[in-house]
Amino acid sequence: MSGLLAAIFSGLAWVVSIIDPFCGPVGVFRMFGSGTLLACGGTGWGDEIAYGFLVTASLAIATLPVGLTVGFFIALAKQSKERSLRLAANIYTTIFRGLPELLTLFIVYYGLQILVQQFLAGIGYEGPVEINAFVAGMIALGVVFSAYCSEVLLSAFKAIPQGQYEAGDALGLHRGATMRLVILPQLVRIALPGLGNLWMALLKDTALVSVIGLPDILRQTGIAARVTKQAFEFFGLACILFLILAMLSSIAFSAIERRTKRAEMGR
Amino acid sequence: MSIAETMIPPQAPPPAPPKPYTLSRFLGSVTLGIWLAVAVGIFLTVVNGWDPEKFSRYGPSFLSGLGVTLALVGSSILLGAVLSLPVALGRMSKNRFWSWLAYAYVYFFRGTPLITQLFLVYYGLGSFRPELDAVGLWWFFRDAWNCALFTFTLNTAAYQAEILRGAIQSVPRGQHEGAAALGLPRGVAFFKVILPQAMIVALRPYGNEIVLMIKGSAIVAIVTVFDLMGETRRAFSRTFDYQMYIWAAALYLVMVELLRNVWAWLDARLTRHLKR
Repeated sequence: MSGLLAAIFSGLAWVVSIIDPFCGPVGVFRMFGSGTLLACGGTGWGDEIAYGFLVTASLAIATLPVGLTVGFFIALAKQSKERSLRLAANIYTTIFRGLPELLTLFIVYYGLQILVQQFLAGIGYEGPVEINAFVAGMIALGVVFSAYCSEVLLSAFKAIPQGQYEAGDALGLHRGATMRLVILPQLVRIALPGLGNLWMALLKDTALVSVIGLPDILRQTGIAARVTKQAFEFFGLACILFLILAMLSSIAFSAIERRTKRAEMGR
Repeated sequence: MSIAETMIPPQAPPPAPPKPYTLSRFLGSVTLGIWLAVAVGIFLTVVNGWDPEKFSRYGPSFLSGLGVTLALVGSSILLGAVLSLPVALGRMSKNRFWSWLAYAYVYFFRGTPLITQLFLVYYGLGSFRPELDAVGLWWFFRDAWNCALFTFTLNTAAYQAEILRGAIQSVPRGQHEGAAALGLPRGVAFFKVILPQAMIVALRPYGNEIVLMIKGSAIVAIVTVFDLMGETRRAFSRTFDYQMYIWAAALYLVMVELLRNVWAWLDARLTRHLKR
């Protein structure tokens, strides 16, 4: 089994190295950067920065489903008939929309460390504990994302008329099926522009994770800047990489939007 | 006494049906219980770890950090508001060159993280020291606070320009035409007719922008400005006391919630003539 997994992972790594837009066979740094500071391999910073790009993108992509799911359930809780549930959900959004993302990150990172340490001390393990920076970043960014996401989804829920739920009842669908087949497709269509903005904010917030030591774009370019003393060039490169991410995602979002709107095109 | 009431004596209303114990009620109790436990836990850690000596040493520095944060956010918002006007006008300009330039400016500052922009200014401009010395600007960019102010002003100007542009374009065309029909010069029409109506639309996004700046300003701690976050980090690195982050979180929450409520009141007050 582990052999199979290792084979899959090495195959995946091979595929990534082939399609790598920076240091692959047709990568930008490989073609134009050789001989400069951005060369791939041991002589330049190209491969390190390409790795940072991969980390940033994968952190944002890994956070998205977590944040969306949690945000969806919080939006449901916010429009529940039960007062206590609404109150609890509102406390959640008030806290995590009011705290700076950097502070949330520190609280999660150090707080988790303390909690795990106390837990392990409780069961008799005394030793240094280190929380994975990727996981801490994912939790902190996911929490912030879900708080904002619940607001977007809540306003989208309010835009769906009550008759849609009643129609679901009239068709004899139970509540889960009504949600999945009737409400969700409309919800996605309405909430998509708001979610697109949140995704952009999430992409930009991933840069903060470099502070707790995750080797993302900003950290890798920062190291390169410190070593080579060419800070402006490398931080400029970091800006360009983030702009590329933003452009790619705006292209992707307009494609998704066109796809969700295809039901309306005939009219 | 009417005949109906004598024939049918008044009766007490039927008892309210018992509330069923639903899943959502259960979930609500559980989540509220979790929040309560968290609140009690935080309270207990604060009480247990309370140290008057620490409070007297770090309390004033927290307050000065709060002052730095407010000064930084306030001045960058105001300077950004001034700078955003030409950018918004450039965005709406019919001149290809100006509108393209303003679009590129806005796209750059809205598309990249604030922290990257700050590093670009603080560390990046440092490598142009001889050139900056030659123009006599090095004293400005040598200080981290100035760099932060510069970056935040440019950043918030981009966001505010978009807010302003959206608000100005939301004013109906008839208002422009009405002002023109009254023979008002374009400048007067803009400042007396268009801008006041646009400002009401822009009020809410401006509030959001200020909140975002307060939250975003925490990153200046990384470039050695001792704002609220910076003081917190310094205190934490000296004491390894987790409470410091709790205090900072409470201060940030109070700031943001206060601003949000003041802004909601302001919004309700300024738009009361629009209520039907």
